[in-house]
Amino acid sequence: MSDTQTFLDTLKARSSNYTAEPTWIAARRQAGAARFEALGFPTRRDEEWKYTDVRSIAQGNFAIADNAEFSPATAAALTLPIDAYRLTFVDGVFSSALSDLDSLPSSVQVLPLSKALAENHEAVGGPLGRLIGVDFSPFAALNTAFMEEGAVVRIAPGTVVEKPILLQFLSRAGQPVMCHPRVLVEAGGRSEATLIEHYTGESEAANFTNVVGELMLDRGAILAHYKLQEAPLGDLHVASIHVEQGRDTRYTSYNLSLGGALVRNDLISDLNGQGAETNFLGLFFGQGRQHVDNHTKVNHNAPLTFSNENYKGILDDRAHGVFNGKVYVKRDSQKIEGFQSNQNLLLSDRAHIDAKPELEIYADDVKCSHGTTTGQLDEEAIYALRTRGIDEATARGLLTLAFAGEVLDKVTLDAIAERVELAVAGKLPERFNLAGLVEAAVSLND
Amino acid sequence: MLQVKDLHVTVEGNEILKGLTLTINAGEVHAIMGPNGAGKSTLSAVIAGKDGYEVTQGTVTFDGKDVLEMEIEERAQAGLLLGFQYPVEIPGVKNIYLLKSALNAQRVARGEGEMPAPEFMKLVKEKLGYMKMDASFLQRAVNEGFSGGEKKRNEILQMLVLQPKLAMLDEIDSGLDIDAMKVVADGVNSLRAEDRAILLVTHYQRLLDYIVPDQVHVLVDGRIVKTGDAELAKQLEANGYEGIEESVA
Repeated sequence: MSDTQTFLDTLKARSSNYTAEPTWIAARRQAGAARFEALGFPTRRDEEWKYTDVRSIAQGNFAIADNAEFSPATAAALTLPIDAYRLTFVDGVFSSALSDLDSLPSSVQVLPLSKALAENHEAVGGPLGRLIGVDFSPFAALNTAFMEEGAVVRIAPGTVVEKPILLQFLSRAGQPVMCHPRVLVEAGGRSEATLIEHYTGESEAANFTNVVGELMLDRGAILAHYKLQEAPLGDLHVASIHVEQGRDTRYTSYNLSLGGALVRNDLISDLNGQGAETNFLGLFFGQGRQHVDNHTKVNHNAPLTFSNENYKGILDDRAHGVFNGKVYVKRDSQKIEGFQSNQNLLLSDRAHIDAKPELEIYADDVKCSHGTTTGQLDEEAIYALRTRGIDEATARGLLTLAFAGEVLDKVTLDAIAERVELAVAGKLPERFNLAGLVEAAVSLND
Repeated sequence: MLQVKDLHVTVEGNEILKGLTLTINAGEVHAIMGPNGAGKSTLSAVIAGKDGYEVTQGTVTFDGKDVLEMEIEERAQAGLLLGFQYPVEIPGVKNIYLLKSALNAQRVARGEGEMPAPEFMKLVKEKLGYMKMDASFLQRAVNEGFSGGEKKRNEILQMLVLQPKLAMLDEIDSGLDIDAMKVVADGVNSLRAEDRAILLVTHYQRLLDYIVPDQVHVLVDGRIVKTGDAELAKQLEANGYEGIEESVA
């Protein structure tokens, strides 16, 4: 039996759950299954998957979870300690008990996909699958075939959402399961919001998450999008995210990847209107035998659009990282600026990175640059710190954090910054960012 | 306080120190002078614990403890601090963080507990003023983009904050103009105390006009060939090292 067939059989066994659904959903589900069957899982012969072997997914046998029971104490220990509107999914299943939408303003809708479909499926049918269809990749096709749950976020024009919207995906230990969440965001004109996707779970879990995100920013909208991936080290994680930006919009992605045995992120932004700006900030950390693959693409489809990308990778032990970043400038998209930087730090001799920055430009009046570097910690600097009484582990932690600093300094949510710091640098004497202390020093000097 | 006995050190197979003996007591300021290649920097590097220096013979003890058996950070925690001739740039690590983590690491190692933030800031502010440094230095990454003079002042600032028992200053005067040298010398002089010692390694006598040593040692070809008081430095200035080498020979 082929790897593909195992998944199709699981889908078939699931079909009794889908008998009552509207015909357009059934049609898409069938299209997803057909496309997945035709494509099969990607292999390393596919250019887009050259450095990433997905056999651990293809050869797995994952069930679909049917309940979202999770001990509140365990959930509380995993959850980000921030004040947010919160939707929680356990192995892909929505958990009402672990969600909290108290005081959500009426100009903002945050609801599980199943509920959005039940209430008004026509309103979801238009945008769903428009940016990431079944042709995007075998994983997008598979997601469409298994589509059941996820989150729908709609922000009315002009609304400033004060608290972050947190989508929390928890992975349970036990029999391996898979989930295929959809995240659909429609940010109205001149709205402002912060969206956090947080992936975490029980340390013994070994599940497969295959998420598709479609984000649409209407004229003047501002969206900060955190993706904090702290999945258990046995989890397999594939994410396909496509952002569509209208005129004068500003999108900032904070792609922080810490967990998972196998991680693949595809992040694409279409800059379709003048004045649109996209910022891709990424930090990926791998240890053990983790494999972390980040594919990004910025499409400058309109003149006067701006992109700024900074991805930093830190790899220890035998971890393998991939960075493939592409900046595309459409014919006659003049006066655009596209900057891309990827820097990698290898903490061990056996860690490995494949870095491939690409520029594709079909306009003549543009400012673009890209570059990638890979290096190791500066032993002279470690020595210098140790001669001041700082132990070696702390010195290495400090320098590793300093490397991550350019990206991490832009993370304004402390709860997230602290988790990333702890993951990449271990426990340091205290917070690395001593902004408060420095301000005190400046005022003392006055 | 510091006792170096018959120290032999090789670097990449070449013997650089060939039986160096030196005793420094609390309250004293020593200067080691010598021509290029005599092994001046090797001595302070070995005491600080830099890689690549092989001790083939001899001992180094500090307050009775075997320095050569200690980790680099343990030496600093014990109160042995080296000021570098070429301070390294550490991008992304702010000065304030280096100072605070270093001071607290040393205090914790001595069982004193961390210094409360307000007290720490008061201390740093006072020392900054002494070194005529602006508070904005604290926010800058360690030595990154600093001029030569700023780097040297920053080394002394670290000494003033960390208050070592023995401060070893390697060519702290190189690359300094006269005004910067005065500031650096004032900083070093403020460290002088009965329970502290200072070891200056220098090529030129000029620094010793501002920091007057109790003892001057002349290091030639891996050995101390002559020891005297501050007057010896002046003779060297007048006659050069060759005169000494001849008189010894």
